[in-house]
Amino acid sequence: MTSKTGVPLLFEISSPGRRGYRLPELDVPEVPVDELIPTEYLRQQEAELPEVSELEVVRHFTQLSRLNHGVDVDFYPLGSCTMKYNPRVNEDMASLPGFTAIHPYQPEETVQGALELMYNLGTYLAELSGLHSATLQPAAGAHGELTGLWIIKAYHEANGEGHRNEIIVPDSAHGTNPASAMMANYKVVEVPSDERGGVDVAALRKLVGPKTAGLMLTNPNTLGLFDENICAIAEIVHEAGGLLYYDGANANALMGIVKPGHTGFDVVHYNLHKTFSTPHGGGGPGSGPIVVSEQLAPFLPWPVVAKEDGRYVLKRPEKSIGRVKSFYGHFSVLVRAYAYIRSHGAEGLRQVSEAAVVNANYLMHHLKSLYHLPYDRHCKHEFVLSGKLQKEQHGVRTLDIAKRLLDYGVHAPTIYFPLNVDEALMIEPTETETKETLDAFIAAMRRIAEEAENDPESLKSAPHYTPVRRLDEARAARQPILRWKKE
Amino acid sequence: MSEKRMLFTKDHEWVLVEGTIARIGITEYAQNELGDVVFVDLPTVGDTVEEGEGFAVVESVKAVSDVYAPVGGTVVKVNEELESSPELINESPFDQGWIAEIEIAEGTQLDDLMNAEEYKAFIKEA
Amino acid sequence: MRYIPMTDQDREAMLASMGLSSTEELFADIPEHLRTAGGLDLPPALSEAELIRHMKALASKNTNLEDTISFMGGGAYDHLIPAIVKHLISRGEFLTAYTPYQAEISQGVLQSIFEYQTLIAELTGMEAANASMYDGATALAEAALMACNATRRNVVVLPDNLHPEWQEVCELYLKNQDVEIKYLPYLEGAGTIDHEALQSLDEKSIACVVVQQPNFFGLVEDVDPISEFVHSAGGLLVMAVDPISLGLLKSPGEYGADIVVGDGQSLGNTMSFGGPSLGFFATTGKLVRRMPGRIVGETVDADGRRGFVLTLQTREQHIRREKATSNICSNQALNALAAAIYLSVLGKEGFKEVAYHCLQKTAYLRRRLSEATPFKEKFTAPAFREFVVTGPVDWEAVNEALLKDGFLGGLPLKRFGMADAALFAVTEARTKDEIDRLVELLGGMS
Repeated sequence: MTSKTGVPLLFEISSPGRRGYRLPELDVPEVPVDELIPTEYLRQQEAELPEVSELEVVRHFTQLSRLNHGVDVDFYPLGSCTMKYNPRVNEDMASLPGFTAIHPYQPEETVQGALELMYNLGTYLAELSGLHSATLQPAAGAHGELTGLWIIKAYHEANGEGHRNEIIVPDSAHGTNPASAMMANYKVVEVPSDERGGVDVAALRKLVGPKTAGLMLTNPNTLGLFDENICAIAEIVHEAGGLLYYDGANANALMGIVKPGHTGFDVVHYNLHKTFSTPHGGGGPGSGPIVVSEQLAPFLPWPVVAKEDGRYVLKRPEKSIGRVKSFYGHFSVLVRAYAYIRSHGAEGLRQVSEAAVVNANYLMHHLKSLYHLPYDRHCKHEFVLSGKLQKEQHGVRTLDIAKRLLDYGVHAPTIYFPLNVDEALMIEPTETETKETLDAFIAAMRRIAEEAENDPESLKSAPHYTPVRRLDEARAARQPILRWKKE
Repeated sequence: MSEKRMLFTKDHEWVLVEGTIARIGITEYAQNELGDVVFVDLPTVGDTVEEGEGFAVVESVKAVSDVYAPVGGTVVKVNEELESSPELINESPFDQGWIAEIEIAEGTQLDDLMNAEEYKAFIKEA
Repeated sequence: MRYIPMTDQDREAMLASMGLSSTEELFADIPEHLRTAGGLDLPPALSEAELIRHMKALASKNTNLEDTISFMGGGAYDHLIPAIVKHLISRGEFLTAYTPYQAEISQGVLQSIFEYQTLIAELTGMEAANASMYDGATALAEAALMACNATRRNVVVLPDNLHPEWQEVCELYLKNQDVEIKYLPYLEGAGTIDHEALQSLDEKSIACVVVQQPNFFGLVEDVDPISEFVHSAGGLLVMAVDPISLGLLKSPGEYGADIVVGDGQSLGNTMSFGGPSLGFFATTGKLVRRMPGRIVGETVDADGRRGFVLTLQTREQHIRREKATSNICSNQALNALAAAIYLSVLGKEGFKEVAYHCLQKTAYLRRRLSEATPFKEKFTAPAFREFVVTGPVDWEAVNEALLKDGFLGGLPLKRFGMADAALFAVTEARTKDEIDRLVELLGGMS
């Protein structure tokens, strides 16, 4: 039962001998186990799995689901995460047995439909990015970044420029950018932002040099602002012999409007779980295909799908960096993204970006009188407010504002990011929300601004109406309890 | 409290020198900026550290801070209490929350460090 | 458009409230020469009904293993999946949520991950597990890197009988971190790791020795001597295990493993042409803070009620940036949820039965093949759910022929340099009748 003590763990309702799923009777003649496997290789200590009925499992996870917020439940303006509606027909399509019940090593002749889908999806992403060829293998955005950096590294090495060991990232970059650069064994060099929120071009000029391997950038950046100096930035990096990597987390702003490849980027990753509406699933699986320029195509991970005499085949690019994961990528996520693109077409995708940008600007315009807006210019698909007025005047922090929003039934924006804005609130409404939802959010933010003035204490103790109240994170980290244990 | 005899760094470490041994911790100001300390990654006894090298890490829920060695030398003792009670850094930064003791390398100068008054003025400016 | 609720009136009202007259004004900061002229070259938009027709046509070009009987493994397996798995993971509250950053409204995902972590820790016999990695291969690469960091050494020892794709993934991850890989050969006859080869290694530089259990050929390794060797050398034992085998085989915890990884596709996830699955990752209490990826922990709320939060977050990229333990930022939450549901509904006894049925059915096929066909088993070590068959035939041609009769045969190992061999897998989903028919067909092909 759900009660004030919450949903019990399945282990806590386990009852010896109770069974859920049953296998068919074993229909082959049995041989004593020790004739097949020596006893010393067999398990002595039992795994304490729960013993519960099927209905108990169904109720348990149904009850848990009801403690959770999702796009299906209500507004989810989490900046840089593009929490748009996940079309249900795409779920149905990804569940077709012709897509779920296929083995990655089946003969190519028996998976022509799957290969065709992957080939075409790669082509669509190449068209959107303005670049040459794609790999669908990376499992997530961060994995795409790592793949892109490995490719950049292999390219420099092939040109006898393996000494290039620095990757430049802006101070507003996603945390994955420097972490990915570290994983690829690069030194991270940070470039500051200018007063308009873009890359400080003069500072960049001083940072590039013979050690520069590349620059990682998202455009629009994490402030939701289009970097107008992108051409100058690309020129500076290219002239220094470096390459440009496009973090596609914010691609929902520019589909059919700007192709990153045309602004000087050499490698682009897309987050299919953001821009192309594949569900986030509580944190994954994502999918982070990358598209590269022609000069980088020989370095792509293998296998890639090629088309030869009307057949689809798996090939190894000439100078492939190798494999970034098992098999070919998150195939069933690719199916959903493919279906999304096919549902929209060129015009539809452009309308998606336009509506996303209108919605973001609408919110920004109506919230800037209530909260500090550090960069007051038209944004793209998202924008960043600062809670610094509330903090300075009423001692209310951005965390309190975020927690109070939960009481209004809305998921909080991304908070304390980007790092170059004090008390940041990063808001991305997406194109799939109605004007009424946006108006309700503005009203909630207005009430919270008023509460900060009149009743700051209630904000500091928020949320009040959620399944649990504020949780003690220090306690969780000091004495970590990471699992249930049998007493 | 031996705060008056302590020396301080710009990175908010304190040092208390007794003979050739320097006891090191982080300041009240530093613990306050970090918030609830949840974990301390202690150095290993016997490690050699250079002056200015990050030789321990203090973690709060959402921040990580390197502790830089104010003096070079060999780690001779660490505060094992912090393994089970990292909150000592919050509760008693200058005393029970000490982090390690270093046997100071020969020829080490302490001239760059601030005294209590200078440090007080330094954090006022910050 | 399909999913955009904005009407013309909405747009006009919204723009007017901002003092704008057109959407274009919002894009005015993008230089004209950077704009995509003439639109994108993409196929025209499809309605839902058209989309369904199109997708079904594509899907029907694939031979699916609901209609065809599979004996193929090599990293993806046709195990039974209880019906409730799909229903529960399709609930919108799980499906359409993001990473549980706002714990107060994410207890569903957080508690289910906590349960998943417990289940994985129980299966592997380890102290703690993370919330999951991309897949088994990347989890292994991260485990090797973690071993290097924990031991401050830089030699990783991989066995030659590790899945070839996992070898490739490890090579890519490790060579970019200046880690040296040494390979351990396997015994020609037994198919398991040659323990004598361990002696030729420079003990002082070994960060870890990796053992895949069962190995790529489906054979059970004798882990104790390797565990003893690596620990006396001051390195770590990393085990890459098949989760289903843990219903029967000695757990990594019982072998003294320090880090355990594996691929969780078999735990309630469809094969889906190889992904997404999940990589599980477990370790000892001592090494928990070096573990990459997301971790959920138990705590209490302001009213003293039990609740769950993401914890030990300072290891992660969003805080430590270039000093993080890994760049990973997602987990395979939905696949981990499927695994948690699968393991729960199978339960303590059911899970052991799956392993037992796999073992018995595999043994039955092995026996029948040796009785009724001229094909031979290549290796002598004990097999769990997979085994290598050899014979002077073109195994790809054999598979083509089998497909005509509705069977997907074993995995031809030609692609991995063994032209005369194929790797057969038999899960609990196969029946005696299916096995008998396969043997009959193979008997007629030799």
